[in-house]
Amino acid sequence: MVDVTPADAVPPAEVAEMELYHPHSWWTKYVFSQDAKVIAIQYSATATAIGMVALVLSWMMRLQLGFPGTFDFITPEAYYQFITMHGMIMVIYLLTALFLGGFGNYLIPLMVGARDMVFPYVNMLSYWIYLLAVLVLVSSFFAPGGPTGAGWTLYPPQAIMTGTPGGQDWGIILMLVSLILFIIGFTMGGLNYVVTVLQARTRGMTLMRLPLTVWGIFTATVMALLAFPALFVACVMMLFDRALGTSFFMPAIVEMGEQLQHGGGSPILFQHLFWFFGHPEVYIVALPAFGIVSDLISTHARKNIFGYRMMVWAIVGIGALSFVVWAHHMYVSGMHPYFGFFFATTTLIIAVPTAIKVYNWVLTLWRGDIHLTVPMLFALAFIVTFVNGGLTGLFLGNVVVDVPLSDTMFVVAHFHMVMGVAPILVICGAIYHWYPKVTGRMLNEAMGQFHFWVTFLGAYLIFFPMHYIGLMGVPRRYNELTATTVMTESAHDLNAFISIMAFLVGFAQIVFLFNLIWSIRHGREAGGNPWRATTLEWQTSETPPAHGNFGKELPIVYRWAYDYSVPGAKEDFIPQNMPGSFGSSREPA
Amino acid sequence: MAIALVLVLVVVGSVLFHFLSPWWWTPIASNWDYIDNTIIITFWITGVVFAAVVLFMAYCVFRFRHREGNQAAYEPENKRLEWWLTIVTAIGVTAMLVPGLFVWNQFVSVPSDATVVEVVGQQWQWSFRLPGKDGKLGTSDTRNVSPENPLGVNASDANGQDDVVVEAADLHLPVGKPVKMLLRSIDVLHDFYVPEFRAKMDMIPGSVTYFWFTPTKTGTFQVLCAELCGQGHPLMNGVVMVDTPEDYLAWLGEQQTFAQLSAPQQVGSAE
Repeated sequence: MVDVTPADAVPPAEVAEMELYHPHSWWTKYVFSQDAKVIAIQYSATATAIGMVALVLSWMMRLQLGFPGTFDFITPEAYYQFITMHGMIMVIYLLTALFLGGFGNYLIPLMVGARDMVFPYVNMLSYWIYLLAVLVLVSSFFAPGGPTGAGWTLYPPQAIMTGTPGGQDWGIILMLVSLILFIIGFTMGGLNYVVTVLQARTRGMTLMRLPLTVWGIFTATVMALLAFPALFVACVMMLFDRALGTSFFMPAIVEMGEQLQHGGGSPILFQHLFWFFGHPEVYIVALPAFGIVSDLISTHARKNIFGYRMMVWAIVGIGALSFVVWAHHMYVSGMHPYFGFFFATTTLIIAVPTAIKVYNWVLTLWRGDIHLTVPMLFALAFIVTFVNGGLTGLFLGNVVVDVPLSDTMFVVAHFHMVMGVAPILVICGAIYHWYPKVTGRMLNEAMGQFHFWVTFLGAYLIFFPMHYIGLMGVPRRYNELTATTVMTESAHDLNAFISIMAFLVGFAQIVFLFNLIWSIRHGREAGGNPWRATTLEWQTSETPPAHGNFGKELPIVYRWAYDYSVPGAKEDFIPQNMPGSFGSSREPA
Repeated sequence: MAIALVLVLVVVGSVLFHFLSPWWWTPIASNWDYIDNTIIITFWITGVVFAAVVLFMAYCVFRFRHREGNQAAYEPENKRLEWWLTIVTAIGVTAMLVPGLFVWNQFVSVPSDATVVEVVGQQWQWSFRLPGKDGKLGTSDTRNVSPENPLGVNASDANGQDDVVVEAADLHLPVGKPVKMLLRSIDVLHDFYVPEFRAKMDMIPGSVTYFWFTPTKTGTFQVLCAELCGQGHPLMNGVVMVDTPEDYLAWLGEQQTFAQLSAPQQVGSAE
């Protein structure tokens, strides 16, 4: 560690600022806006809206699983359509879009000290193509035959055959087209985020001074740009198989006694392409959550994040490693069994940098000055659920342990805990944290407390016991569990309990949405920096920040993002753009 | 403050649930108790880590909660501590991975004395084929599938003539003898899964996959499909009966061979 005089580290401006496009009308200001902050809100609102559809779908599934035979409208076809759409919406159209399109757009320019994204026009297109993708997805609910019921993994051959809902109707086609559109839209946004982080940081904002939020979103975006093309080609190839009669994924098949015209294709090739995207996707959702939660913990514990450099390298390391673990989703897929040795080893290695991140979060709490604000509560709940879900990943990643557990409810419980509940808790915490910057008002505290307790405890009570139903051997993706002998009477009661919890947790999200709308007008005035945080988005001259973010002059950065409780300093935080030396600040360099 | 208490309750509740709840795996009926043991090792290691992390958090929240005049410590890094934690984690991970890979090696190494049974999946039923007296299964191809030849056995292959074909009925296996399950599908992905055997593997149209196990208990076991195969997926049940050697031979004697099944049928008189 070197003591630097921070002011010396700021280089002079090399290039003049570019002129921003300024909107001339209501339409270009609020609808076809090129302002990343408006685009962020558009992304977030759309993602939340489609997320509500996914929430209702999960209720329908839980009705069927908890109380089988009670609800006639949940036919087997409908059940499979519900699980498929629920999964795809949550993973792609909600989590990916909200973290990268929502938080990425809002926070990257503000946190790196830029006026906007580097390519604002392309950024605007990114949102509108995303919206189109969502509309195509929604349209499949109204298409003949309904949406696809192939499972969110869309495995061929069944995905495009008559035995699967939507397989020979419009459902699968609309799903594939929607995904293709989503990837095109995402690529436009993603290139923006990467170039903005690399090229548009303000003076003094070195890479190793970036808040971890930016590191998380940046790394996730790079990964998404590398991973989504695999899904893109898989979608195009399956679309050809379905619409043009090619056989990329279709071997010789006899369907209901009828020889199909396909031959020679490989179903398992699709699985490799899908999971080459699909595994990095887990971290595309997780890394932004890692980054954001680091900043929440640090700010609300009034303490620097512990081991900043290790945290950065852990993010980058996890990002890189996540490209060589994809086949751990395929241990029982029938691929060559020797792959199991390799992928189990890489998968368990990834546990090490992940564990380091957890240690550093809890060590940030150690000797902190912990303010139990709503964002902090969500951050703590995130650690609990993430550690729980991460540890069950060590079961499923360890190839031979996966054999009995694969395709059971254990897997469902695991991935919901680790990439459903945990990131959503971070999203909630992050919204309570940044809402005052976006609107100028605080969210209502009482509603926030209610939302937190019901969501955290309810979600834990849903997914923790579910692991044990899987351990009993109960398979996933069964709309009828009564036919299985492993499912005991008491396990049925447990299932009903889980369903009731699911309704309760869903209800709490509606309270949250109400709070979001209610507080725009009725929330307490927040001021510019209610959490007394160091990062640049809290130092804007106006709240909410105007177009261009920072008034006349861009801020100059003199220190890292974590100068909290510096001994000898007057305040317990020193903003990044505050010049001069204070107390005994020791920035890791 | 409440959160510190709740974090402790989460740990205590989870541990009590684990030990006291009635929901646990079905009694094993195969040789794969190694797999169960690896799961137990993993439960212990991960359980200790979970409890330690969450209880530590609970302590921090209680001890370092904000009170008037508190100031947080300022400690950007601690190289020594970070390295120690990394090393301890690596040891814990190795303690799970090594037994895991050891057992996986057994899982993929089929004993030379294993008998072969072919499972054929289709929407939404299970069929089986056993080698006849020659001990060899004849070749097969999805292209050969027809109403008379539901498994697509190659009629010109001499090895296949004496194969025993069990179409959409129960499979019987002799207890105590290792068996290699050859898995095949003629339409979509399926997965042959008997929870009591602990083993499972997908079946892929166009390929033959496998796993092996030794049934260790006689009895009747339910076969489930564990890979989504269309809307009939949950109804794709079958039965495996593990028999004593005598019962098994008696059952085998009643089955028909491929040659018998595909011999020109006598045209019966209309009823």
